[in-house]
Amino acid sequence: MSDTLKIIDLQVAVEDKPILRGVNLEMKRGETHAMMGPNGSGKSTLGLAIMGHPGYEVTGGRIELNGENILEMEPDERARAGVFMAFQRPVAIPGVKMADFLRHAATNVRNPDRKEGEDLIPMREFRKELRDRMEQLRMDEQFARRYVNDGFSGGEMKRAEILQLAMLQPKFAILDETDSGLDADAVRLASQSIAEIGGADMGLLIITHHDKLLEHNPPEFTHVMLGGRIVETGGVELANELHTQGYDRVRAAHPDAEADNQAMLDKEEQAVG
Amino acid sequence: MATDITSSKTSEEIGEINKYNFRTETKGVFKARKGLDREIINQISDIKEEPDWMRKFRLDAFDIFESKPMPKWGGDIELDFQDIYYYLKPTNEQGKTWDDVPKEIKDTFEKLGIPEAERKYLAGVKAQFESEVVYGSLQEDLAKKGVIFTDTDTAVREHPELLREYFGKIIPSSDNKFAALNSAVWSGGSFIYIPKGVKIEFPLQAYFRINEESMGQFERTLIIVDEGAQVHYVEGCTAPMYTTESLHSAVVEVVVKKDARCRYTTIQNWANNIYNLVTKRAMAYQDATMEWVDGNLGSRLTMKYPAVYMMEPGARGEILSIAFSSKGQHQDAGAKLVHCAPNTTGQIISKSISKDGGRSSYRGLVKVEKGAVNSKNNVVCDALILDPESRSDTYPYIEIEEQDVSIGHEASVSRIGEEQMFYLLSRGLSEAEASTMIVNGFIEPLVKELPMEYAVEMNRLIQLQMEGSVG
Repeated sequence: MSDTLKIIDLQVAVEDKPILRGVNLEMKRGETHAMMGPNGSGKSTLGLAIMGHPGYEVTGGRIELNGENILEMEPDERARAGVFMAFQRPVAIPGVKMADFLRHAATNVRNPDRKEGEDLIPMREFRKELRDRMEQLRMDEQFARRYVNDGFSGGEMKRAEILQLAMLQPKFAILDETDSGLDADAVRLASQSIAEIGGADMGLLIITHHDKLLEHNPPEFTHVMLGGRIVETGGVELANELHTQGYDRVRAAHPDAEADNQAMLDKEEQAVG
Repeated sequence: MATDITSSKTSEEIGEINKYNFRTETKGVFKARKGLDREIINQISDIKEEPDWMRKFRLDAFDIFESKPMPKWGGDIELDFQDIYYYLKPTNEQGKTWDDVPKEIKDTFEKLGIPEAERKYLAGVKAQFESEVVYGSLQEDLAKKGVIFTDTDTAVREHPELLREYFGKIIPSSDNKFAALNSAVWSGGSFIYIPKGVKIEFPLQAYFRINEESMGQFERTLIIVDEGAQVHYVEGCTAPMYTTESLHSAVVEVVVKKDARCRYTTIQNWANNIYNLVTKRAMAYQDATMEWVDGNLGSRLTMKYPAVYMMEPGARGEILSIAFSSKGQHQDAGAKLVHCAPNTTGQIISKSISKDGGRSSYRGLVKVEKGAVNSKNNVVCDALILDPESRSDTYPYIEIEEQDVSIGHEASVSRIGEEQMFYLLSRGLSEAEASTMIVNGFIEPLVKELPMEYAVEMNRLIQLQMEGSVG
């Protein structure tokens, strides 16, 4: 049986404000899903809730990985169970080298039962693997010695996230706007890289505004999120439509969701103001 | 220098780190009764068969000690000076080979890894157990070049003129109450002389071990680096854990002459029942460089502010300070730079970490005296606080008596951010691994300044602190 990630009536609040209002989604390993939708509709929130960010409170529903409710699990346990998220804005960890960080991460994800203090992947073996992966992604070898996301350009951050995806080979990966801040060529390269590192064997949930990211990873399913719920699901043709024509038709077709979306945006603005 | 924290993580090695907490069964050859008075000081001087000038130096210092009040700043010192042993002589003779050292003491240092380090990468070693140096070595070729590396008691007998030129001159007994205490009851410590132009590639190391309960250790170190010479001196210190307090109060004086260079590295890992109240000061002359690398991980309370007085034009003083305070610990650490001449350059980089209710303070003084024109000084102090129970304070003092100078000061306090923690967890690291990684990253800029062996040691100690398994 193929691995399945199932999101059932998921409701999520941030600082007591409801963001997701009942999301249902089922993904199988090997499938690619595009998640689209206007700003503030809850796309990133869905990703962060799946990964277990402590600031995102699940107020209802379930997330099941092969039938097991992962809401009970800490983020590190979810990672070890095979869930990954490439972040839109990954944080810097000054003084920690990419290679050291990745060696810990890869060791833990590959040996989910590893106890603290037990051996890491042997250095020589790990270095070779990392070098090969970086070569495949056309990344400079120096990159491994830099501090995690510290002083990285936008493009470097995204490439570093893809490198982590490549090294950790999760069952399911959420890519949160892995195209944002990149120029068209860089987005194409990212798309190609995701395909090359075995994206087709994973279940991919690609949150994007950009059709270029889907070029090498054509989605079997396209979902549109609006006002904290998935209002439409279609195939690749839906993604194409939204890229060319925008969200006006969707907004008009789902006035309740649109109203919620506007309300959330207004709140955000108030919070900023 | 590349330091791989991943290489220090096997459970076997962590077991090995706990090596510090053990007691050696040894009677010693003489133990003075508890308490401090003129009789005890005379007894110490008698046993050492000291010249009259030294006996007088001690007794004068004792009067100063008695006349000075306890410091009202820094940490809380709850010490009963009459409830401490001030002198314990562990052996009759200092060993020239490890086989000359009594077996149980030799085994102690074997467990601490000293002979092994000596074989691998040290140019000379002094090992002090309680009050006396029990073992000493120096590479033969260095001795032939005129390098002196001996214990300070031996130096009083064998190099009195050289010693008296500086002893108590860099740090007079009247400097502070604990400098006075050390001056009264000092025993052991290193005496180093590096002749003109001699550059020593590998470090000289001293290791200080307290073994008995309620013990006081008062080593006294004097380092003279002559013109154009170069040395790196390293000290380590440990003790087993007891329920009563012990006291370690050292005085370290360093003279760095014209064009010479001295680096003094400390990795202090005292047990958490030890008061570590130490005075360290260097005088750097024309175009000389003095560097203090000061790592404070252990002790109940540390009060230590290594100082560089830049006495002549072109002198440089650099101080790197790392403090890690955990449960029941207070690290009141810092630095002192005094610009006494034109065109002098000083830098302080301080990193402190506080966890499990520990308290770290940075206390520093930058002083530019009149006439020290065109001096430059820069201070950076960063604090990392791991939980809400812990505390960090910064006490920067700046006294500038000259116009034409450049002074910088940056300070930051951060807490391990929720976002950093979540990021590492989302990659499969446990919370403990993630905290250790963030902390190691925080001090990485300092650790990479250490020679590799000490960088590895420092990372191991941080790891141990993070696990909270000290004592």
